[in-house]
Amino acid sequence: MAASVVATELHKAYGSTVALGRVSFAVEPGELFGFVGPDGAGKTTLFRILVSLVVPDGGEARVDGLDPVRQYRELRRRLGYMPGRFSLYQDLSVEENLRFFATIFGTTIEAGYDLIREIYAQIEPFRDRRAGALSGGMKQKLALSCALVHRPKVLFLDEPTTGVDAVSRREFWDMLSRLRAEGITIVVSTPYMDEATRCDRVALIQEGSLLGVDTPAAIAASFDRPLLVVRTPRRLDALRVLRSYEHARSAWSFGEDLHYADTRDRVEPAEIARLLAGAGIPDAVVRPATAGIEDVFMDRMHGTAAPGAAA
Amino acid sequence: MNTFRGFVVKEFRHIVRDRRTMVILIGMPLVQLALFGAALRNEIRETRVGVVGAVVDDVARGLAVRIDAAPQFEVVPLASPDEIEPAFRSGRVRQVAVFEPGFAERLARDGTADLQVITDATDPNTANTLLAYTSAIVASYQAELAAEGKIGGPAPAVGVRIVPEVRMRYNPELRSVVLFVPGLIALILMLVCALMTSITITREKELGTMEVLLVSPLRPAQILVGKVLPYLALSLVNVLTVLVVSRWAFDVPVRGSYALLFVEAALFTVCALSLGILISSRTSSQQVAMMIALAGLLMPTVLLSGFIFPVSSMPVPLQVVSHIVPAKWFLVIIRAIMIKGAGLEAFWKETLVLVGMTTFFLVAGIRSFKERLA
Repeated sequence: MAASVVATELHKAYGSTVALGRVSFAVEPGELFGFVGPDGAGKTTLFRILVSLVVPDGGEARVDGLDPVRQYRELRRRLGYMPGRFSLYQDLSVEENLRFFATIFGTTIEAGYDLIREIYAQIEPFRDRRAGALSGGMKQKLALSCALVHRPKVLFLDEPTTGVDAVSRREFWDMLSRLRAEGITIVVSTPYMDEATRCDRVALIQEGSLLGVDTPAAIAASFDRPLLVVRTPRRLDALRVLRSYEHARSAWSFGEDLHYADTRDRVEPAEIARLLAGAGIPDAVVRPATAGIEDVFMDRMHGTAAPGAAA
Repeated sequence: MNTFRGFVVKEFRHIVRDRRTMVILIGMPLVQLALFGAALRNEIRETRVGVVGAVVDDVARGLAVRIDAAPQFEVVPLASPDEIEPAFRSGRVRQVAVFEPGFAERLARDGTADLQVITDATDPNTANTLLAYTSAIVASYQAELAAEGKIGGPAPAVGVRIVPEVRMRYNPELRSVVLFVPGLIALILMLVCALMTSITITREKELGTMEVLLVSPLRPAQILVGKVLPYLALSLVNVLTVLVVSRWAFDVPVRGSYALLFVEAALFTVCALSLGILISSRTSSQQVAMMIALAGLLMPTVLLSGFIFPVSSMPVPLQVVSHIVPAKWFLVIIRAIMIKGAGLEAFWKETLVLVGMTTFFLVAGIRSFKERLA
């Protein structure tokens, strides 16, 4: 079966700023494919090219077999798209929003109901409420229902979980997993590393380039250096000490913890604890850890050097 | 077509649900009508005129009485020329008539006498009007005296003495409201159509819903027409409201054809809507769209169209600029229909200009509305 979304050397620049630099990848039919990267990495530009809103400067794309530049009319019937800033019509009710989006795609709520049933059923009790009065999670469900009501073949979701609480984010990803079971290809972007594990495959994107495309497990496993987690109340001091250590590959702050990677094949936690104690940080807890996608991302993003500026 | 209807219904809902906009759209025409109709009067009524030296003199007193009798004036006697300056300063009078001492005797003896008219020219337009009224009164009084043979001097018998008999047509009472209502219609149409259209389209851009509309199978023309259709309807309702209220409250007539009036109003509305589309397709925020609409469209509509200041009394460069203000042409048309009761033969040129402008803006607006993002 042909790939659902194919990009070949896609290139887009705004003035002298390269938004997307020769990006190539392929998404299989029915796959839940994630683009993970920070703000400004080029995710939105990439999505806009794929949904036919922006014409690339170079390269080619195929979405469901159609060229977004030349066959955009036909393509627009087949895809679903949820833009990053998408916020529905606040002054229309839940049902009016859904009905409107069904109408402009030439369908009805009833015709698309079985696909959105599970999602829409959760907000249906509030169908007369204005969309502006919904909680963030409910808005998200309504937006997804609106993007799905015309049964698209490929669904593009640009940062659908940005600004949504943790519980709603988890629910949202559960919904995407169920949608994938319906055979819809889903391409989603997110700045949250932890969400990457919910995808079938993940592309790490940074400054308009892909740093790697693979399953989440394979990406995490590609981290080939020993990794230690360091917990101490004096994180900034510890970070400075670790980075100046002769065997250090990298040291990053990850929330409450520090992640330290060593250039050697093995490193004992006790050695690092001693190093810190010797530098006047005696109470650090150091233990070995398995690398996650975020570790790989940070590593690939910055190469082997650990610039002191980014803490 | 069902798709399109759904779009228009949604657009109507936006308008109806937004209370503030609703109040502005419906209430603003009425408030402006009240303002222009009742408050902002151009005509001169009961302006106080100071008179110096008329107390003892029959002839001078006769003139003062006539000035006082005119509806435009009210005479305030001043005891001496020294009082003139303070009276002007305090705003007690806007004009002063100073009779020379022995006015009647000199007139009888030499056939001529000096009357000095001093006018407060802080507002030049008003000053001119005041002066014109005063001169008219003086002239008619002079004619009266001559008829009674009270003025000697060069005999009028020689014959050719031209006495202009002035008649003001179409608006004999010179009521400014008659002039303002057509201008007000132009202003409201511009405001509702251009401003509201550009705001409603840029709002979709800000909300991010425009991206979804573009990605939908809707054609750009469907999006645009669906967006502006409700405003077109609303505008014509507003025109009707203004006409009815101005007729009922201010007795402003529509002497010409209502049908023609509405066709021309619809033409101007489409012109304003196209301008709104043009603005919104070139801006991406409601703020910017609003600023451009207000500064770029409303100001010229008020100031350069002849709405308040006659185009003919503007400096030449501004007159040239006024040619590209659509409201200028519309004003000529609508005033001709309403006040003069004229038909298409009187303003087909202006109509053609308006048709040309509308076509230009419409094409430019639709062309710059992209099926894609920049």
